[in-house]
Amino acid sequence: MQVNQTLSTLSDMAFATSVVVYVLAMMLYFAEFASARARHSEQERVAEPAAAPAASPPVSGTATDGSVVGRLEPEPRKPWSERFGGMAVAVTVLAVLVHAFSLVTRGFAVGRVPWGNMYEFGSAICLAAVVSWLVVLYRQSRPQRSTAPASKLRGLGGFVLLPTTLLLFLSGTALYAQASPLQPALQSYWLWIHVSAAIVSTGVFMLAGVASIMFLVRLRYENNPLKAEGIGSRLPTSQALDRIAYRATVLIMPVWTFAITAGAIWAEAAWGRFWGWDPKETCSFIAWIVYAAYLHARATSGWRGTRAAWINVFGLAVMIFNLFFINIVISGLHSYAGL
Amino acid sequence: MSTSFLRRTLGFLRNTWRGLTSMRTALVLLFLLALAALPGALLPQWSLNESDVRDFADEYPRLAGFLDDIGAFNVFSSVWFSAIYVLLFVSLIGCLLPRSTQYLRQLRARPVRTPRNLSRLPHHAEGTVPLPPDEMLAVTRRKLRRWRTEERTEEDGARTVSAERGYLREAGNLVFHFALVGLLVTVAGGQLTRYEGQVVVQADGSGFCNSGTYNYDSFRAGPTVDGTNLGEFCLRVDDFDVDYLHSGQAVDYHADVRYQSGEDLDDDTWRKHSLKVNNPLRTAGDRVYLTGNGYTPVFTVTFPDGQQRTKRTQWKPVEPTTMLSQGATKFDRPDMPDEQRRHRNQLAVTGLFAPTPKMDGKVLSSRFPALNDPMVAVDVLKGKLGYATGESQSIFSVNQELIDSGDLNRVARENLSVGESISLDDGTTVRFDGVQRWVNLQVSHNPFQPYVLVFAVAVIIGLGASLSIKRRRIWVRITPGGSAGSGEAANMSAVEIGGLARTDQAGYGEEFTRLSGELLAGGTGSTSSAAGEENSRGRSS
Repeated sequence: MQVNQTLSTLSDMAFATSVVVYVLAMMLYFAEFASARARHSEQERVAEPAAAPAASPPVSGTATDGSVVGRLEPEPRKPWSERFGGMAVAVTVLAVLVHAFSLVTRGFAVGRVPWGNMYEFGSAICLAAVVSWLVVLYRQSRPQRSTAPASKLRGLGGFVLLPTTLLLFLSGTALYAQASPLQPALQSYWLWIHVSAAIVSTGVFMLAGVASIMFLVRLRYENNPLKAEGIGSRLPTSQALDRIAYRATVLIMPVWTFAITAGAIWAEAAWGRFWGWDPKETCSFIAWIVYAAYLHARATSGWRGTRAAWINVFGLAVMIFNLFFINIVISGLHSYAGL
Repeated sequence: MSTSFLRRTLGFLRNTWRGLTSMRTALVLLFLLALAALPGALLPQWSLNESDVRDFADEYPRLAGFLDDIGAFNVFSSVWFSAIYVLLFVSLIGCLLPRSTQYLRQLRARPVRTPRNLSRLPHHAEGTVPLPPDEMLAVTRRKLRRWRTEERTEEDGARTVSAERGYLREAGNLVFHFALVGLLVTVAGGQLTRYEGQVVVQADGSGFCNSGTYNYDSFRAGPTVDGTNLGEFCLRVDDFDVDYLHSGQAVDYHADVRYQSGEDLDDDTWRKHSLKVNNPLRTAGDRVYLTGNGYTPVFTVTFPDGQQRTKRTQWKPVEPTTMLSQGATKFDRPDMPDEQRRHRNQLAVTGLFAPTPKMDGKVLSSRFPALNDPMVAVDVLKGKLGYATGESQSIFSVNQELIDSGDLNRVARENLSVGESISLDDGTTVRFDGVQRWVNLQVSHNPFQPYVLVFAVAVIIGLGASLSIKRRRIWVRITPGGSAGSGEAANMSAVEIGGLARTDQAGYGEEFTRLSGELLAGGTGSTSSAAGEENSRGRSS
């Protein structure tokens, strides 16, 4: 089995490009976020005199209704935040395409599935997370869902891309591994099944976890508008965030269960037992239990909302721990990092 | 007195039971389970890697002693871990039984009466349809064909249809939870009846038979296994080979084996199998895995009287990447009938083996894991090997105490290539004949494994159904006459539709919008004639 160096180099270049494009997309999301703040505070300033006319002494040249006399600013056709948001989504799509190209060429370069070591695994997880984010945006943009237009959700984009880009960067630097064929334990069609299910689940759980973190920030703001105002006021509503987190978890929980089961079936063929409390198995089990707790908490009065969200965040923490610590630090049967 | 005591006891038990089976308790138990499993991932475990535990104990002796006492190195068979999952499953069963009976009752029940005020429901739509009530009812019936429906006539003559759908959600939920119980039971059954043996076999046509535990180097079994009823089969390893990349990374291990089981044992038929890492041999209810490999340097000792002894003892790889191996090949003298004397004149050839040698001065190391002009660097030791003491000893080394005490002395030290030999002072020669491979085989048996798989699949299916299916209701009220009260009123129906998703599962809004739109269009598919006003409140969309 020979490694195609040309394709491998191409893949590496595409990978680096995608990281750059992701960073650009993230900056655009945050630009939308920031410009939304400007608009927001302007409105507040405008509203101020009307709300407390007695407190603010009348300023010459300012009409009582708060509009500035003598300086008429032409209304832009589309606010800057909208433009940034639109660009951010377009750039995200571009980044996803380049990123997917990088994975596919890597796969062709080594003549196998492109998730045989930690670098490729981390890269694929990021792709899954960003694609699931685009799916959320797409679903939200359909006309039936006029209650919460996609632009209202876009405020989450930067926060989804932040950990994703970070993980991608880590994969490409600290975890990078040269293109090489698989070690014998990984030569099985279960690599297709088990690992792809694990990748998709990890990616979507990442999205759900970020939504839950932002839900907690937003809820803090909604309960007391003086708290966490800087970020909270520009996030999607807590209801929308909670819904993203819940729907993503509900959708992916059976996939995660399948990933663990497929892993057990593979382990039976490769390691001689279907379950042996290997650190990775244990940690996946813990994550499964935590997400099961999240789903139960959502159905228990008094646990919905904040507590459930915290459980989901804890679930994400376990998944990340499972991804890094178990694969790299603890020696177990899943030590395929190639570090 | 006694009755009140009884009553109090019963009350206490009932409250305990209620508390245990409540969702809140289940949540806490789930957390505890996750928490209790954590040391299993973080700390070395006896069952996984004994040497890791020993290393840990050497580093933190006092902490390790405490941890070992509380079972932190044996998490998954510890009392506290078992207590948590037993409580969890008791709680689960206590929750499942009433839910099952409730579900059976629900299956027989008819959809509930149409609420008086449909506009109060989270989903609501209304409009006028140019169809007489009877026809509108038929249209509704057709549209709700796949729903469970109940038609009623209200006091003022309005006709209503109550419909409900998504009963499989609860069925999936029950299947999921019962399958979890099944999973626990079958895993426990497997723990009782399983066995697992390890054996090293030389890849030169040697073999072993699964006829008793004495054939194994190590054997672990569940409490119901006494070793007398192992699945009967025999196996021989004809050849073993590894493919390496230039970097020394192994890309393929394969052992050519022959085996016989069942009737083959009687007529001595051998079947071939290519044993690989992901391709175990399954026969006689057992599985045979290829779990390790190494080199066996072959030594022939020619004793002073001309007698020869050839020994093939496996050496242990100490560097997995280069297969630098270490071991001890031990010989008894055939020319000494007196046992005492023989035990004082044993020979051991011990040292390092390098498949592809690299010399740093006189120190041997290995450059590559495949055979490439192999070499050994050995000490020949003569004296007491300590067989007679009855103490168990490693096959990979000699007892260092015997060297320290002077019972065992080094008589030669040499580096040998294949074919080279050492001559000792007493006329004995030790020749390095060549190298062969050995493999480590693991034989596993777990009769419950297929049932575990069945329950695992049921868990996934049940979970998928309970998370993707929505239990939802829709009500349609059809009143004769349009709201306008025009002359054609007899051919018009006022239609009011309400919807409710019974779980907090999101996404019913879209289905309701589509369905109510079609109904208000009179089932024609066009929405122009009946522009119903519609409000889908965001509560559960």
